Formats: sequence, structure tokens, C-alpha cells
Amino acid sequence: MTEAVEQHPLSKYLRAAMMPHIWCAGCGNGIILNAFVHALDELQIDFNKLVVVSGIGCIGRAAGYTNVDSFHTTHGRPIAFATGVKLANPKLEVVVISGDGDLFAIGGNHFIHAARRNIGIKVICANNFNYGMTGGQVGPTTPLDALTTTTPYGNIEHPFNLVHLATAAGATYVARWTTLHVRMLTMSIKKLLQKKGFSFIEVISPCPEIYGRYNKMQTGLEMMEWFKKASVIANFSDPAKAEITPERIIVGEFVDFEKPTYEELLYSKMAQIMKKAEG
Amino acid sequence: MPEKFWRTPLDIEKISKFKAEIHILKDQCKGCGFCIQYCPKKVLEESDEINARGVHPPRVVDEKNCILCSFCTAVCPDFAIFVKEKQCKDGC
Amino acid sequence: MADEKAVLTGMHFMSGDIACAEGAIAAGCRFFAGYPITPATEIAEHIAARMPKVGGIYIQMEDEIASIAAVIGASYAGLKAMTATSGPGFSLMQENIGLAAMTEAPCVIVDIMRGGPSTGQPTLPGQQDVMQAKWGSHGDYEIIALAPSSVQEMFDLTIEAFNLAETYRVPTLVMADEVVAHMWERVVIPPAEKIKIVNRKKPNTPPNRYMPFMPDDDLVPPMACFGEGFRFHATGLTHDEYGYPRTQSSEVQTRLVQRLCDKIRKNAEKIIRVEERMLDDAEIVVFAYGIVARAALSAVRKAREQGIKAGLLRPITLWPFPEKHVAKAAEKAKAIIVPEMNCGQMVREVERAAKGTPAYHLPKLGEEPHTPMEILEFIRRHTR
Repeated sequence: MTEAVEQHPLSKYLRAAMMPHIWCAGCGNGIILNAFVHALDELQIDFNKLVVVSGIGCIGRAAGYTNVDSFHTTHGRPIAFATGVKLANPKLEVVVISGDGDLFAIGGNHFIHAARRNIGIKVICANNFNYGMTGGQVGPTTPLDALTTTTPYGNIEHPFNLVHLATAAGATYVARWTTLHVRMLTMSIKKLLQKKGFSFIEVISPCPEIYGRYNKMQTGLEMMEWFKKASVIANFSDPAKAEITPERIIVGEFVDFEKPTYEELLYSKMAQIMKKAEG
Repeated sequence: MPEKFWRTPLDIEKISKFKAEIHILKDQCKGCGFCIQYCPKKVLEESDEINARGVHPPRVVDEKNCILCSFCTAVCPDFAIFVKEKQCKDGC
Repeated sequence: MADEKAVLTGMHFMSGDIACAEGAIAAGCRFFAGYPITPATEIAEHIAARMPKVGGIYIQMEDEIASIAAVIGASYAGLKAMTATSGPGFSLMQENIGLAAMTEAPCVIVDIMRGGPSTGQPTLPGQQDVMQAKWGSHGDYEIIALAPSSVQEMFDLTIEAFNLAETYRVPTLVMADEVVAHMWERVVIPPAEKIKIVNRKKPNTPPNRYMPFMPDDDLVPPMACFGEGFRFHATGLTHDEYGYPRTQSSEVQTRLVQRLCDKIRKNAEKIIRVEERMLDDAEIVVFAYGIVARAALSAVRKAREQGIKAGLLRPITLWPFPEKHVAKAAEKAKAIIVPEMNCGQMVREVERAAKGTPAYHLPKLGEEPHTPMEILEFIRRHTR
């Protein structure tokens, strides 16, 4: 099996010993990984200076599959861990790839503070509307009325609008794409990797085995067809109005600007202080 | 390049049509069907054979129709398909 | 050798918290992530002022969980990293202390113990977290815990904590109590060249053959850091020597977890330090640590004046537990007194190691540590 993947032109970005990956047929995680390594290849990024950090969840395995320095943290904590890495060595490009529950339920606090501080880490969120790894429980992005194993009578919670949350918290780049928009996703990831400040991409991803099956979309194809029908590309529209409904998924870039990053301010202040201490 | 031209380009002798080679890593495929569904030229279809995973990998209907858009390469979750431009001398 | 600019060589009058912060900086710590909590806040405040001057990083994170996660991240990026907290924060950190143990991330966690449980008595001392230091996180693992009993030790043992963390790739705890943290005493800081600094073993295999969790003979794997070209993977899941998850293998789990425990257990002789006073002929042994050991020493001296053959066994290393030292002292002793500011924690370990010699617990909770008279009274009561 590992010989097979080595024939693929992007195989140098993948850890051959760990392939093939554990993700289900039609799972969007593989597409996200694919778009990510496409972006790395197109940018010819120095992958000795790239660190991928992931949390717990199916998408959390992505750190193990990329052939770079990588770390798989405890649930919810990849952003806090990535903060430590980035501040310790700002020359490293630190990318957090994790899931909707990991980043926004248990990890919600770390997300908003890292965005607020504008730590120069990049976050890619695979939003599949549930906790897939543990069998399909409700999560902070599960749509209202959806069926999951812990909402067998229909979800009564309103989901987060992640692009609105990221924008409000202060992210300098916010985009949302689905796994169908692979080319735009790759383009966004390239932009993400070239930004200085805290950047975020939400990727709407199919979970056909679990979320799809419980919610009348039995296969990956049916979920992708839903994305195709419902998505509308509207760049730089108001993120507050971009809630996801069964009829409408607004995709595109929402925010793109620069402001001084935490590590820029930190290191410049440190330089001032050290100069004063010596002088 | 299209089969029929509404006006023949002046350098048609010099420019040769590219040819694609579609590589399918059959045993990597999990049968999601994305490549088949979203190929703009309908170059792929589900084959009858069963791979090591017990699913039907895609097979190429007619490689000549492939326009090398590489959407299949980009959308495959399993790194099971990729297209390359066929490198060949004249008269390919 | 320590960085000269960072070491404030000379004689100082400092509080325990400040001495701990200075010890960390002298040891080479260049990353601190913390969250304010009484009585450890002063460590964070002092480091916030000092770190930028020595080129280090201070960040106040949003909670203790983020603090320890950032510390592990900085450690993996190559810096010596530390956090400081008290009981409630220590509880929050436990999951990630387990992560540090599992991924063998060298780091130092300072717990300034206060009255517990829960919010307890934030401004008063306690020794109620000592068992939690060993057993706090889920799963089987071993850590090293040191118990300073003076401000000088707050300085010295913080440096030793970093050296141990780097040597054994293990989270090392400094378990001080609020009194040692807040009291002011004389501290002598030696010249930088006299301070012994240990750094983590670096790999001597080329990147394409590096196995991040393949141990050397001392059971400790050499540690590469992010950005050095080794491109390795580390995970909190059960993993093999390559760092790849192997969650379905009993063989891998056994090999890994047993090694994480043996790493400390088999090197215990090199790690454990105790202070023994008047122990050679002692019939009553007082086993005390932290601030209580100060009163205990005074009580032991007074007891000797009164003709009682008392001796003091003070563990500097709480974990791994100094079993052999306790067993040896217990052989000749008729009783072991264990004064602690809790309802009975280390006394259980003493009982276990003493193999028959009775151990008597003297608790004192809240407000102030035991007085020498209280301990002396207790010694006399057990002299019959």
C-alpha cells in the first residue's frame, strides 16, 4: 500500500509509513489534506520550517500524515500549544489543522484569545457539523434540528457562525470554502500561509458515514451535491450574515487585512528593553 | 485543444495538442465517486473490478478527452488518482 | 554554564517567589506562560519584568490549561519553559501534565501549595497537593517533584528542576508551600560559571534515520526540536519509537508506558536527594518537608537537648519517593513522626517504606505551619 502512494506526485509531503489514512470513503478530511499539500507544493514552502499542530478528532490525524514537524495535542489545545511554538521560534510557520468541536467547543477560549492577540498562527477548521471520531455527537456547529447521537430528537441549539466569530475575535484573514471548492481552498491556503497575522479558514466538509447518514445524505456525493446546490460565492460579504442554513452556505473570503502581530510587538519591545538594559 | 476549430490558428503546425496520462492507484481508492462525478469531460466511470478494499475504483473511458484540468487530482481524498501531461516526442 | 547577564550574582534579600523566578532565569528558562493565582502571582510578575531583559518570553495566557499547553509547545520548539500556579490551577493543568509525560517534553511546573480543596484558603499555606503531584493525571507515568524548604532552596531547586527535566525529558514539579513562597530570606546567588546547567540530549543520527522516541541506555530518547530539519511527529496517543500512533497494540503500549515509568524508577538513585540530620542513632525519626521541616529541625534539636534521640529525615525529592532512606532510618527507629499540613499524604508512603516501624501523622491545617513546640510535644508523646 505504501509503495502505491509513493507514486503520487505530492507524496513527498506525506508520511509514507502512515498512509493510507484512516478516513472514511467520501470524508472531506482527505480533500483538505490534499488541498493543503497542493498549496505547499505550489508555494514551494520550506517544509523544514513548517509545523503542523492538530487536536483530537478525525481531522486531528492530519498532523501525522504530513511529512513535517508535527504534534498531536490533547483535545482543544492545539492553538495554545501552537502559541508556545510560534513565540519560541517566530521563524517557524505554524499551522493548526483541527475540527469544529476541538477548536470551538473545548478549545473555544483558546481560539478567541489567539485571534485577539493576533498570534501569527494559521488555523484550518474542518467543519463537519458533528463529533465524528466518537460516533457523531452534537457539536457547536451542528445545524438546528439536525439529528445526532446525542440529539436523537433534533438539535435545539443554535450553531456558531464561525466566520463571524473569527472576524469578531480579530482574525486578520477569514475565509470559508467547502471541500467542493478545492481550487479556491488551495488558493486560500496559499494566502493563509503568506499572511503574517492570525488567519482562519473554515472548510465545510462531508462526514457521510455519520452526520450524513443521520441527516438523509447517505454518501459523500450527496453531501457534496448539497454543497454544490447551497453554496454561494460572495467575497467580502458581511460575515455576520453568513450563517449556514440547509438552503444557503455563503463561501468566499470575508476578511483580509494586516495588523501588528503579537510576536512582532513582543520582539520589538524586547529589543528596546534589552538595548536600554545594556545602555 | 478542441477537435474542431471555427478558425484554424496560424501556428497549428507548431503547437501540438497535449495528451494526458491518467494514473489510478486502484488499491488506494475508497470508491467515493468524486472524481467520476465532477470530471468536466466525463472521462471517468466506475469500473466493474473490485480492488483490495472491496470497492469499484474508477476507470478511464477515453483518455483523449481529458483536458488536464486535474480536478480529479485535487478532489480525491485518498491520493488515488492523478493526471500528468504525457511527455512524448512528435507524433504522439 | 549559565548566561552571565541573566544571573544576578551576589547576596540578596528575596521572597521565595522571586528566588524561584531568578532560579529559572539562571537555569536558562526563556519561556514562561502563566495565569495569575495567589500565592504564585509574584513569580509571574517578576518574570514579566525580568524575561524581556534576558531575551526571554513572558506571556499571560487565558487560563492555566493554555499556560501548560504553551509551555509544552515552547519546549518542543527548543526553549526551556516553565509555568507557576497553585492548587486550583494545578488541577486544571493535569491533563496536559500527562501530555508532557507522554510526549516526554521537558518542562518545569511550580505549584505553590495553599489551603485546599477547591478555592480553599488562597493566602495560607498547605501541603495538600503532594499526592496529586504524583497521581494527578490519568494513566501510568512518573514525574519528579522537589520540595524546597527555604528561599535559598527556591532558587537552587528551581535550577535543579530544570536540569532534571532536561536530563530525563520529564515534567518536573517544584512543590513549595505558600510560606516558603512568600517569606523573605537571604539568598546567595553564585557566579554564573559555578551554576551547573544541563541541556537536553540532541540526536546524533541524521534526520532521515531519527526516531524521536527511541531511548538510549538511560531510557531517555535524544530530543530534536521543531525547525531543525528532523520533521518528526509526536502525539499524546500511544505511539511507537517513530512517534506514530499505535493505539491497537498491547506490545507497543506495554513498551512505552513501562519505559515512561522505568525512566524515573530505574534512575531513582541518581535523582533522589534527602537531608539527614542526627539520624545515625535516632530512635524517633521526624520525616518533614517544606516549611514544616524548618520547625521539625528545631524540634529535633530541642528533643536532643532533652535527651531524646531524635533525628530529621527531610526529603528534598518528594517523588520518586526516597524509600531506601526511609527504610534505613526505620530500621533503628522506634517511631517515625510525619508532621504535614494535610490530612495524611506522605505519611502513607513513609508507612509503606518503613516496613513495620510505626509512622504517626501530625496534621495541621490552615493558618500557619506547625510550631517547633507542637512537633516536640508530639515527639515526646511517642517516646515511651
